[in-house]
Parts: sequence; structure tokens; C-alpha cells
Amino acid sequence: MSLARSNRPSRHSLTGGSKHGVSAGEGNLATPTKAPSRLRLLAQSSSLYILVVEIVLLAFFSFLNPNFFSHSNLTNIAWDTSETLLLALGQTFVIITAGIDLSVGTVLMLSGVVASWVMAQTGGSATEVVSGHFPNALVAITLGIGSGLLVGIVAGAINGCLVAWLRLPPFIVTLGTFSIALGCGDLISSSGAAGQPTIPPVPEIFANTIGNGNLLFGLPTLVIVSAAASFLAHIILKHTIFGRRTYAVGSSLESSRLAGVPVARQLILVYTFAGFMAGLTAIFDLARFHVTDIQGHSLDNLNTIAAVVIGGTSLFGGSGTISGTVVGAFIPVTLSYGFNVIGVSSFWQLVAIGVIIILAVLVDQLRRRHLASSI
Amino acid sequence: MSAEPVIKVRNVSRRFGHVVALRDANLIAEAGQVSALVGDNGAGKSTLIKILSGALQHDEGEILLDGNPVRFASPHQARDLGIETVYQDLALAPSLDVASNLFLGRELRCRGILGFLGFLDDSAMHERAQREMENLRVGLSSVRQPVLTLSGGQRQAIAVARATAWGRRVIIMDEPTAALGVRETDKVLRLIKRIKESGIAVIIVSHSLPEVFSVADRITILRLGRTVRQMTRAEADMSEVVAFMTGAAGEESAEKK
Repeated sequence: MSLARSNRPSRHSLTGGSKHGVSAGEGNLATPTKAPSRLRLLAQSSSLYILVVEIVLLAFFSFLNPNFFSHSNLTNIAWDTSETLLLALGQTFVIITAGIDLSVGTVLMLSGVVASWVMAQTGGSATEVVSGHFPNALVAITLGIGSGLLVGIVAGAINGCLVAWLRLPPFIVTLGTFSIALGCGDLISSSGAAGQPTIPPVPEIFANTIGNGNLLFGLPTLVIVSAAASFLAHIILKHTIFGRRTYAVGSSLESSRLAGVPVARQLILVYTFAGFMAGLTAIFDLARFHVTDIQGHSLDNLNTIAAVVIGGTSLFGGSGTISGTVVGAFIPVTLSYGFNVIGVSSFWQLVAIGVIIILAVLVDQLRRRHLASSI
Repeated sequence: MSAEPVIKVRNVSRRFGHVVALRDANLIAEAGQVSALVGDNGAGKSTLIKILSGALQHDEGEILLDGNPVRFASPHQARDLGIETVYQDLALAPSLDVASNLFLGRELRCRGILGFLGFLDDSAMHERAQREMENLRVGLSSVRQPVLTLSGGQRQAIAVARATAWGRRVIIMDEPTAALGVRETDKVLRLIKRIKESGIAVIIVSHSLPEVFSVADRITILRLGRTVRQMTRAEADMSEVVAFMTGAAGEESAEKK
């Protein structure tokens, strides 16, 4: 028997059964079932369910204080939600692989610090830049954006390599990079003379276009960008090989490896994507606030994880949707603004977010147990 | 027909640190035959299977595929040469649907620019998965069901279907019936016979000797990492096989090698 040697898998021969002449024998190999796709139904219903919760929250806070429903307040909610959402998109991919990225917030901060530092260094002389005058604004902005994105990508790649190659738990790896990024951001921003804000605000033109610019329908640029990014992320997750393998790796790392999925590469790419999203968010955050708040992003990881798990993505990996994350991202932000307008201490928001995360994970657990017992 | 067996394992050894999992293991698999690999726990069956499927690499000895020495650095390489494995734990991704599992690691792309961008051709995959399920008579209402909603027998069927769909030369099955009931076991054994009749070399690992005697053409007995005996089913006797497995017979002959 001479068999032609081929190094290519015969992709288009999956009608193997008949090709090998494996004819259908007597009886079915397994008895038919009519189990509906419960997972899919639940996934769909969960984002709908969260949408209802969000609408109830909006109505509740508006009822208690009509100012809540003002144009400026809603715009701010949309703005903050967009920022949380951009970060949460990367987090969704990571959590679907059964991982977690605790470093997104401080990587955002580090990216912002580096971006603004580069803009200050390349924008003009020190005295010009401090007085808000940037002769080389265009070059400075380009280099600043590029370096900010690069910091995010590198940080994400480091997370990914540590998780994929050294097989360290993502929780510990990203807790480590969380701290490293926070420390580095502090170091860079405090490297100048004592008492001096070492990194001056960004060029006005950068803040006015990317930060406070309105692209369409009076919506801030960030809102448009995060909507587009969500759509793109949804397409990638549902309709590309990259997305399918993200689910596969989260569903079973070992099975994926044995089936020939390049799992290490997949994990590295997913964490790099999360890092890139942190860098991208940093650019918009910097443009909006003109400087990067060093301490203000330590809890971003919490908000993004809340958005993702509220949206029905399982911390155990293998399932989740972008639509869920989009709706989920509104919840923490709405609570924050809501508590603010009704005069509840912002500390309660932290309590509420913590409770919500635990509840969302509990719901996921119960759902899994129910699925396991219903087979 | 060449005289070479499809797979010939010659004096293969593998160590894990100080533990010798395999030493001088031998195995032959012929096209259109079922070769059974038997042995007690810790005999090295799984290690040998993993070497053949590319999940592990051997330290010494050689593996001949159609007479040519090969070495698989990854499961991918083994599969590219037409060797498919049904792992004991099936290696399925439970939350993905049946079609995605069938194409796991070799997803079909769309044609043209979309394919270049990595877009999946889901309809083609569903269609082919459907055909595959019908060929093997796997009763499923839909190939879009997540695997975690399926019974143990159905999952086994999916894993076997994936192997037969892609395996051109060799299909390796590690304990294919261990988790199954009597009826489902019977179906899998019939399926193994059909696969072998199509000219593929089948290697099965099994704990069940009656099962081995009902499907195998050759029996290879491993004990403590060595091949202590290779025989055809015609020459085999169940009590003799047990004696070799447990070490009551054949220790000296193994030492002599």
C-alpha cells in the first residue's frame, strides 16, 4: 500500500467517512437528543436581563433626582462608560480564556504617563512646553500616541508570555504587573525637581480633538471609538479563527493543545490585545483630562471585571459575549453617578461593586451547576 | 502494497527525570489491522501513545512511518502525517459546539480576502460536520449543540468522528470504551472494525481483554515500560496474556533482549 506523503493537512477532505469507506453500520452510534442550546439561550438572556437592570437603575436615580437625567450627566455617564468599556473589551477576551487581567488600570496609567512625557519631551523646549506652547505639536502628539500604545502592547505581551510560557497563574502575573506599572508610572512622573509637576499638560489641539472633540451627532470622540471597537470585537470573537480559539483555549487548554491549537500564541495575543486596549484607553483618558491621574486608575481593573462578569462572561472561561460586556459596562458607572446625585458617599459605590461582582459570579456558578446537573 | 508496516516502533525509551517510563518498547501497526496495546497500570501505554501522537517525544529508539524514521515535535506534525488520536479524556472543548470541536485547530476559512483576515466559514463547517455525523450515524439533533450538553457516548462519538474525519493512515484510541455502557461500547467496537476495513491502521489501548480479543488483530503487551510480547490474535491465549501483563511469565525473555 503506497500512501502519498503530504505535509499539508487535507483541509477539504472532511467527508472522510465516505472517503475511507467507513460505511454506516447498523444502529446509531449514539442516541439522538433534542437538548436545545441552553448555553446560548442563557447567554442571550443574560445581556437582555442586565439591560433591564440598567434601565431600572436609570429610572430609579432619575426619580430620586431629576438632575440625573440631564444632558450633561448622561453625557458624562456615556463618556465614563466608554472608557470602562474600551478596557473591558480586552478584559472580555482574557476572561474567556479563563484568565484575568488585574493590570489593565495601572498599565493605562503608565501608558498615559509615558505618552504625556514623550509629548512634553518632543513638543518643544522645556519652558515652551510648561507654558502650554508646543511648536512641534503634531510630531509630539504622534510620538506620544505611538509610545503610549507601545507601552500597553509591551505590558500585555509580558503578561501573556508569563502566563503562556511559564504557566504562571494569570491572577498572580497581572497582580505583579499591576504593581510594576504603578511603580514605573510614579517613578517617571516624579523624576523631576521636588514639588514640580514634572509632566506638563498635553497640547491643546490634542485635548480638543481626541479628548473633547465631537465626531458625530455631538457625541464625544471616545464614545464613537468605543462603539466601533465593540462592534469590531464582537465580529472578531464570533466570526474569526482568533475568536473561536479564544473560546477553545478557555473551554479546555489541554484539549485545545492536543487538537493542534497554538495555545501559547493565542494566550500571548489575547493578553497583548488587552494591553493594547489599555494603551488606547490611556490616549483618550489623557486627551480628556490633559494629565494622567496616577492614583485614579487603581480600581479600573475592578470596574472592567465587574462589566465583564455582569455581562455574563464566565470567570471559568469558554463562554461570554461582547454584547454582555457593553451592557455590563454601564452598571458600575451608572451606580457611581447615581450615588453621587442622590448624595450617597462614593465609598458605598465600592461596596456595591464588590457585592455585584460576587453576585454575578454566584449566578454564573449556579448556572453551571444547573447545566451540569441537567445532562 | 509495500511490506513495511505503517507504524513500527523500535526500542523506544522515554525517561521523566529518574523515572524510566519506557525502555525498549516495540510496536507494529499494519494498515487495515487493529493493534491492541495492553498492560497493567504504569506499564507505559499512555507514554507510548503520547509519543506516537506527538504529545511527547522519545529519548532513544526510532519510530518508522511506512519505513521512514519520523519524530513528532508536536501533535500537529503527527496529524499532518495522517495520524489521529482519540485521547482518553477525548480532548474536546465542552463549551464549543460539535462542529467547532470537529474543526478545532483546523478551522475552515472563508474564501478570498475575508479568509485572509481569519474569518471562519461556519456554514461550510456545519455542513461537513453534519455529513460526518450522518456517516458515522451519530444521532445528534444539531451540530450547533455545545458538547457539554451531550452524553458520554455522544462525546465519545464526536471524538472518534474527528479522528476518522482527518486520520489518513493511523488512528490511535486510548481506552475508547472506558467511560461507556455496554451498548455504547458495542457500537464503538463496531465502529473500530469499520475503520480498519477502510484500510487504516488502528491502535487501541484497552484494559478489557475480552474487548481486545474481539477487535484486535495483533496484541502487544507492555510491562514496566518494556514490550514483553507481541503476538497475533490467533496465537494469543487470554491466560497467557494475563501472565505476561502481570509478570508471571516472560520476564526472562524480556531481560534477554
